[in-house]
This record gives sequence, C-alpha cells and structure tokens, in this order.
Amino acid sequence: MTGTILPKRIDTEPTSTIAGYSVRPGRPLPFGATLVPGGVNFSVYSNHATGMTLALFRRGELEPMAELRFPESCRTGGVWAMTVFGLDPETLQYGYRVDGPFQPERGDRFDPERIVADPYAALIGGHETWGERSRSDDPYPYRSAVAADDFDWEGDRPLRLAREDLVVYELHVRGFTRHPSSGTTLPGTFAGLVEKIPYLRELGVNCVELMPVFEFDEMENTRIHPETGQPLHNYWGYSTVGFFAPKASYAATGRHGMQLDEFKNMVKQLHRAGIEVMLDVVFNHTAEGNEQGPTISLRGLDNRTYYMLTPDGYYYNFSGTGNTVNCNHPVVRAFVLDCLRYWAAECHVDGFRFDLAAILGRAQDGTPLANPPLLEALAFDPVLQDCKLVAEAWDAGGLYQVGSFPDYCRWSEWNGRYRDTIRRFVKGDAGVTSDMATRFIGSPDLYGGRGTAASVNFVTAHDGFTLRDLFSYNDKHNDANGEQNRDGDNGNHSWNCGWEGGTEDPDVLRLRGRLARNALLLLLTSQGVPMLLSGDEVGRTQYGNNNAYCQDGADYWLDWSPEGSDQDLLRFVRRAVAFRRAHPVLRGGRHLDGRDHGGPLPNVSWHGVRAWTPDWSAHSRLLAAMLYARDGERDDCVYVAANSYWEPLDLELPELPAPLAWRRFADTAEEPPYDVAESGAEPWLADQARIRIGPRAVLVLTADRKTSDEE
Amino acid sequence: MAFQTRTHVEGDVASIKLVGELDSRAAHRFNGVIAELTAQPLTRLVLLMEELSYMSSAGLRCLVFAHQKLGRGVEIVLVGTQQAVAETINLTGFDRSVVMQDPLGT
Repeated sequence: MTGTILPKRIDTEPTSTIAGYSVRPGRPLPFGATLVPGGVNFSVYSNHATGMTLALFRRGELEPMAELRFPESCRTGGVWAMTVFGLDPETLQYGYRVDGPFQPERGDRFDPERIVADPYAALIGGHETWGERSRSDDPYPYRSAVAADDFDWEGDRPLRLAREDLVVYELHVRGFTRHPSSGTTLPGTFAGLVEKIPYLRELGVNCVELMPVFEFDEMENTRIHPETGQPLHNYWGYSTVGFFAPKASYAATGRHGMQLDEFKNMVKQLHRAGIEVMLDVVFNHTAEGNEQGPTISLRGLDNRTYYMLTPDGYYYNFSGTGNTVNCNHPVVRAFVLDCLRYWAAECHVDGFRFDLAAILGRAQDGTPLANPPLLEALAFDPVLQDCKLVAEAWDAGGLYQVGSFPDYCRWSEWNGRYRDTIRRFVKGDAGVTSDMATRFIGSPDLYGGRGTAASVNFVTAHDGFTLRDLFSYNDKHNDANGEQNRDGDNGNHSWNCGWEGGTEDPDVLRLRGRLARNALLLLLTSQGVPMLLSGDEVGRTQYGNNNAYCQDGADYWLDWSPEGSDQDLLRFVRRAVAFRRAHPVLRGGRHLDGRDHGGPLPNVSWHGVRAWTPDWSAHSRLLAAMLYARDGERDDCVYVAANSYWEPLDLELPELPAPLAWRRFADTAEEPPYDVAESGAEPWLADQARIRIGPRAVLVLTADRKTSDEE
Repeated sequence: MAFQTRTHVEGDVASIKLVGELDSRAAHRFNGVIAELTAQPLTRLVLLMEELSYMSSAGLRCLVFAHQKLGRGVEIVLVGTQQAVAETINLTGFDRSVVMQDPLGT
C-alpha cells in the first residue's frame, strides 16, 4: 500500500439555507474568500460593525443576485465567516454591506446602503480595461472576486540574491511596453513585460522594481489637460483600491479574471532569467481619500481602525493625498503583514519598496515612534525573512528619516542624500566633493554598522526629473498636469547646460550626454545598491515634467524605436552594469575602511591631481578613488576619477604593484563609441603614470596582470 | 453549449475530443475523464480542441491537472486550439504543460 485514503471531511455539508443558498458557519481564518470543497468560505472582520451582509453578484450584472445576512452562528468576536455552497467562482463577484453607526465625530462612517469591497480580495473586477470609467449607476464599482490560488510554479523559488549584488531597475508596467514601438504582442501588460525579459537580461539588471501593481483606479483623477482638455489619469497608481489584487488592466487576461495567473507567470519567467521582483507598495494611504472621497472598502468596514483621525473625526493627511492609514494600530498592522506575506508566499515576490515609509513609523496620533511595531514586525517576520525591505524614508508630513529609519538590521533605504549629492557634484556645485566621497563608499555616516546594502543609491526615480531632463532643465515644467506648475518638487539640483529644454545645439547636447554618463558611471561604481529609472538608459524625456504621475501617453511611455532612444547611451549603460558585475570590489557588503587587510593596497584610497593626495577643500571638484580587493588569486582593482571642474586636469596615477597595470574602461570625455570599453577587453594605458581627465568627465580604470606578451 | 467529451484510446495514445464550453462546472467532469486514463499506460494524450469554443480559468487548470495526474512521461498535445484560448494559455504560463499543434499537426 503506497498511501492512505483520507475520510471525507465532516464539515463540507450545508447546515442551513439563507436567501436560497445552502450555507454553514464558516472558518474565520484565513480572512477573505477561499475556495473550499463544494463552496466558498467568506471571512471578514470589523471591530466596530454591528452586523454584516454578504452580497453576491453574477459578473456583468449591476444588482446583486442575492444578499445573505450573516447569522449570529457565523460570528466569532468581530469576525463574520460563512461558507456558501453551489457558487460558480468564475462568474461570482461579491461584497459586503456593513451595519454600524454613522458618527463621523466619533470616527465611525458605517453606511449599510453601500456595498464595500473585501480588503483581502485577490481579484477586483470591474476595471479590466485601462482608462474605462465606472458606470455612474453602478452601486458597486470595485467588485471583489474569488481567485483560484493554485499555480504550477514548476519548482520556482525566490532567488535570494545578495542585496549588495542587486542592480535595481524601476519600471512602470504599462509605460514599459505600451508604446507602439515596443514590438510586444500585448503592450502595457505583465505578459508584455515577459516579452522584454531578453532586453532586461542584456541590460544586466537583476531586479525589477514595479511601480504600483495593486489594483487602483486610474480614472480617479479629476484634473484635465490644460491644452487638450482631455481628462488626466492617475497613471502611476499610488492610490490603492485592493491590496491583495494585481491590477486587472495590467493583465492581458484580466478580462478572463486571470490577472493573478498572468502576474505569477511573469514572476516565474523573471526568476528563470535571474531577475528578482520587487513591488512598490503603498500602505500609507488609500484611494478613499478624505471625508469627500469615495467609500470603497476600509472606510465602510471600520473607519476609525484603518485611518488616523483627528480628535473630531477628520482625516490626518501625512501622505499629502487626503488620508493616512493607521499602520500601527494592531489590526492594521496584522492586515499589512497578511498582505505582504501573501505576495511573498503566494506570488513569490522577492522584496518590497515602501512608499512614504516614514508614515509606517508614526503612532496612531501621528507622532513618530522610536520602535514602531509595524516596522519591527515586518523586519522579524519569518515569511518575509528573505524579502528585501526598502523604505522611502520620508513622508509628506515633514518626517525625514534617511539614515535614521528604524531598521532592525533589515531595512534598506532610498538614499535621498545620495541623490542630492551626486546631482550637485555632477553639475559642478562647489563644496560637495567630500560629501560625494562619503556617498561613493556607501554613506558610512548614515549606514555605518548596517552595511552598504542599506543604501539604495539613485540619481533619478519615477518621482522627479528623468536623467535626461535633469541635465536639460533648470526648472520643472509641469503645466500639463493641470495645476499651473504648482505641483512637483522645486528643489531638483538640475542644470540645463545652457539652454532650457530641447535644442539642436551640438555643444549643449554633447555636454548633457556627458553629464548623464558621469552620473551613471558614478552610480554604477558606488558602494551600495544602484537603482536605475527605466528609460534613463536610452535618454527618455518627460519634457521637464518632474511629477508625471498623470501623463499617460505615447510621449511619456518608453520609446523603443531606434530614433526615439539613444543607442549609444544604452551601450554605455549595458557595459557599465557588466563592469559592476565583473568587479566584486564595487559591491562589497561592508563599508570600506581604508586599510589594506594584509593585501598590497588599501581597500579604498583617495587621490587627487597627485596620487595619494586628495583635495578635500571646498573649491575642489575632483574626486579620485582607488578600490582594491583580493578575490581569491585575482586582484580586483578599480580607479574612479570624477572631475566636475570645467577644465581638464592631469592626474598622477597611483603606482601599482607588479605585474598589475592600468587599463581604461570608460572615459566620458570621449565621444561614443570610444567612451566605454567592453568589460574584460579594456585597452591598456600607454602611459601608466599619468592620465588626463577631461572637463566635467568621469574616468574609470581597472588594473590587471600584464604579461610580457601584452607589452 | 454544454460541454461534451469523447475519448478514444489506441495503444499508448489517448485522444479526447472536446466540444462546447469548458468552464468551472465542466472542469470537474473533465478532470474525472482525465483521472480515468491514469490506469492506461500512455505516452501521449491528444486533446482535440477545434470544437471547444471557450475555456475558462478552471478549464486551463485541467491541463495542469492532466499533466500532474498522468506524469511527466505523458506528452499532452493540444490540436486545433482556438486563437483566443491559445493566447490565454500562453499568457498565463499554462503552455508549459502542453504542446500546441495546428489541426494538421505541423
């Protein structure tokens, strides 16, 4: 006998009938709607509701086909759970009517006239087509649906890449392949992204950070384009409707209710290509906005539990978007944890970047906590143990925690200091060189003891200028957003190189291209985790818009055509990423201390116009560092010099122990294609003692053993 | 249209003709048809799909069920899959369990 046949479960038979449906008291756990033998188990909780009704819809029909009030036998404390038999999960949609007081001054906003979505719904129906507005007569526009949670993973496991080995690529699922030039069969979808995996492989990145993919309503934006009069979208989607639901219109199969399968397939295919998946998650606020906003889910289930409220019942607005999720309430904390566990365990996601994460460290009255329970819980959760946790360590309420975010030796941070310093250094500001040196070696002043991977380094991100625009505009140009250019950050540390915006001037264009390469090369040789913004590798522009959250159109999507993308820059970035991969010395996990550790050279040494003589004075605009590590029998040595001065400088190179000699990997003063070599095929320097660095240029050398054949 | 199947076994090859709509209600029956084949020493299962007008999420899962139930040694071939169904199979990764052929088998 090879197995045992288990007896049939004894809890699979109905015990009563409600509204014509066979039911039995359900299981409170897990929360949400779960397929069970013969039916669906519905479980929903609220600490302040007084009653609960399950509304069942047939997909495509406006009105519910049945409403089943939960009897007392289906209630355990604040949890209502019922198994309903004989449902077809593929055509079923559902929601809840919640009884309770409407007393805003006490924080309660129950409204049994409305049907609200299940916060645990793994599918949200009703918005399968991008850009389609909800019907005005739809009593329930965001419809929960039941997902089949089985999937053939074929042995897929999270990749568990070392944090310091990551090269992150931040992308928007729709914008990445929506452009007609993308050549994908299903542009703007998870499936379209799968078609572009070869591109990502060739680029060399090993982690994609997806801007929000939780269900959101792009049509919630009420602004219009001031010139065209067209309604603007919430294109980015930092406005969650369903925390457990992948966005249906990001899936070509969303119309079949298979967005979860398509998402999982995307993760599986990316993993197969050696690429991790990090999700940009928004827990600081929801799409329900303030007291004027729509009631979608949490407000109707238990307003005062889920939201931070003022003493008179209004919404605190630390997110800048109307409401603030009450993250350190024990119930909300558990909800966030359930959500992340779901994405990690069920969907094999490798990590999370938390939008406005400083909010997650605020108490229920908004004050910052020294030991925030939510952040601690996430840091020590066993399900999330291998997940990367990355904080955007500030919020819109003025809390700025870069370098001081409660980290529990687990959290990394978007290093805003790195972004600001590298921008200022590259554009030639005075007095930034020593700070740039600190950023270059992983910001030990901020992250000493936490390791270099605590610092996610970036020059640009979705929020702000693109790299091309950073060196094409002095000022933001956000008029197209419909707010008379009032929105978006005014502090950009950008420089237009002599002309504001588009130009044909070859000198201006050449300088812009060089500054972009300088920033990229410094980023990709810095200690810490580099993050690239999708499109920066081909010179994508947003026409000076530094807050393009609502710009959904061909002018803003990634243009894949040869004429719309800078192929020279793309080659440069590919090679720079490959160079980082080839040189472990650039991505050590520990901060460099300047000691030799028994080797022939210090692990980091600083230089200037004269070797071993850095100039840290305020007027210096030259940074030169030599990194060295012994990698088994191999010497791994890289010299990076960055000159943000507008004149060339002659540099004395540090002498290398024989038989090492210098090879030139990149020199941004050179015209493409001579600006960068292929990693491993760098030309030897004719003069091993001196080298000229061009004006506003970055130079990267590597040392190799030189045999007599190569003399 | 109601879902129907017709099974034919010849040697180590089984073929099942699928007609109608394979949705969640039909999927259970179809899995039963697959399960009955596990007693046969098969090397290949051919699903004739030309008259299958619709295949839902649950129907697609039958392909994985068949793949797992019959074992990796049994090749599952889909013949004449309608384009919309084939597209969904590809996009959701279910194509990993099957081989798709056009009606002539080319």
